[in-house]
Amino acid sequence: MAPKTRTILICSGKGGVGKTTLTANLGIALAKLGLSTVVLDADFGLRNLDLLLGLENRIVYTAQEVLAETCRLEQALVRHKQVTDLCLLPAGNPRMLEWLKPEDMQTIAKLLAESFDYVLIDCPAGIEDGFKNAMAAAEEAIVITTPEVSAVRDADRVIGLLQSHGVKPIQLVLNRVRPHMMASQEMLSVDDVTDILALPLLGLVLEDEQVIVSTNRGEPLTLSGTSSPAARSYENVARRLQGEDIPLIDPSKERRGFRARVWKIMQTKIF
Amino acid sequence: MTLRDIIEKLIRRQPASATTAKERLQLVLAHDRSDLSPELLEQMRREIFEVVARYVEIDLDEGDVSLETEDRVTALVANLPIKRSITKSGENSQKPFPESEGSSRGESST
Repeated sequence: MAPKTRTILICSGKGGVGKTTLTANLGIALAKLGLSTVVLDADFGLRNLDLLLGLENRIVYTAQEVLAETCRLEQALVRHKQVTDLCLLPAGNPRMLEWLKPEDMQTIAKLLAESFDYVLIDCPAGIEDGFKNAMAAAEEAIVITTPEVSAVRDADRVIGLLQSHGVKPIQLVLNRVRPHMMASQEMLSVDDVTDILALPLLGLVLEDEQVIVSTNRGEPLTLSGTSSPAARSYENVARRLQGEDIPLIDPSKERRGFRARVWKIMQTKIF
Repeated sequence: MTLRDIIEKLIRRQPASATTAKERLQLVLAHDRSDLSPELLEQMRREIFEVVARYVEIDLDEGDVSLETEDRVTALVANLPIKRSITKSGENSQKPFPESEGSSRGESST
């Protein structure tokens, strides 16, 4: 059994920046490292984690029944067929939001901590009750953001709330990085974002069309072991969580081909 | 990216949008973190000027009170150059800050 379970909230403030994708991929990546991992869908209003993991047709019970004690935890957990160290605890009915309290989430997290090494909580967007409930259950957090002003601003709000609730450590994953836009300084750089948010960087994920393909199929990128840039990034996040020292990718070295050369010329000082 | 784009870009020489983004973000975050709206900051700025002006004469054109953020710590930074020349008093009655009329307009927003 695990010496100490790590309960990690995955949050962003803004919607659509990649919380659920990170949760799914990180869950698979951790499980493939041999760590028993459970992903908890705390987005009761708009649940999607089941869909990204391809487990939507195997849900029988949810967190709701576990809380109501009408089923045992083991009955509600959906185990991934290929990666058997990974389980999903599905979100219940959206009507749960009417009565769900932070203590309920703590109860669930405690139950899960008894049998898993990692508990990853997929947080809903926003900073309202759904977020506060999810935050109550977490010890540490990963804030995911993109190099865009709205996402960074919302991340900042979330970080402020996490810090005031004593969630620690809080680490950052920067998603949807476009190296050539950063090179031409038409996108906030990695340093810009880390300067502003003042969090240690746990991962850097390049914009990758394969992410969309993988969600279409319900097979997270980390499942198939592809060499896609995003898959490697997610795997590296998992290994860094485990304490491995893996250098971050350098976006400026990810550019290839003609565009890269043109940009290089543009970067040289003419006058 | 075509050559024309590059030339166009060089000719216009707009500042890169990332720089603009960072500056805008830093400003808006300083306000978010301190929970101060621009209107409130402006009011505070005027009041600070008033108070300081009671003791020394300051250069209103050069003076500045703003929020600055580093490592998630936001500080109120006042830079109020003191005019060398003067004796004080009397001047206090003048409006300490020319933009003071602008404040009433802002109160309705958010």
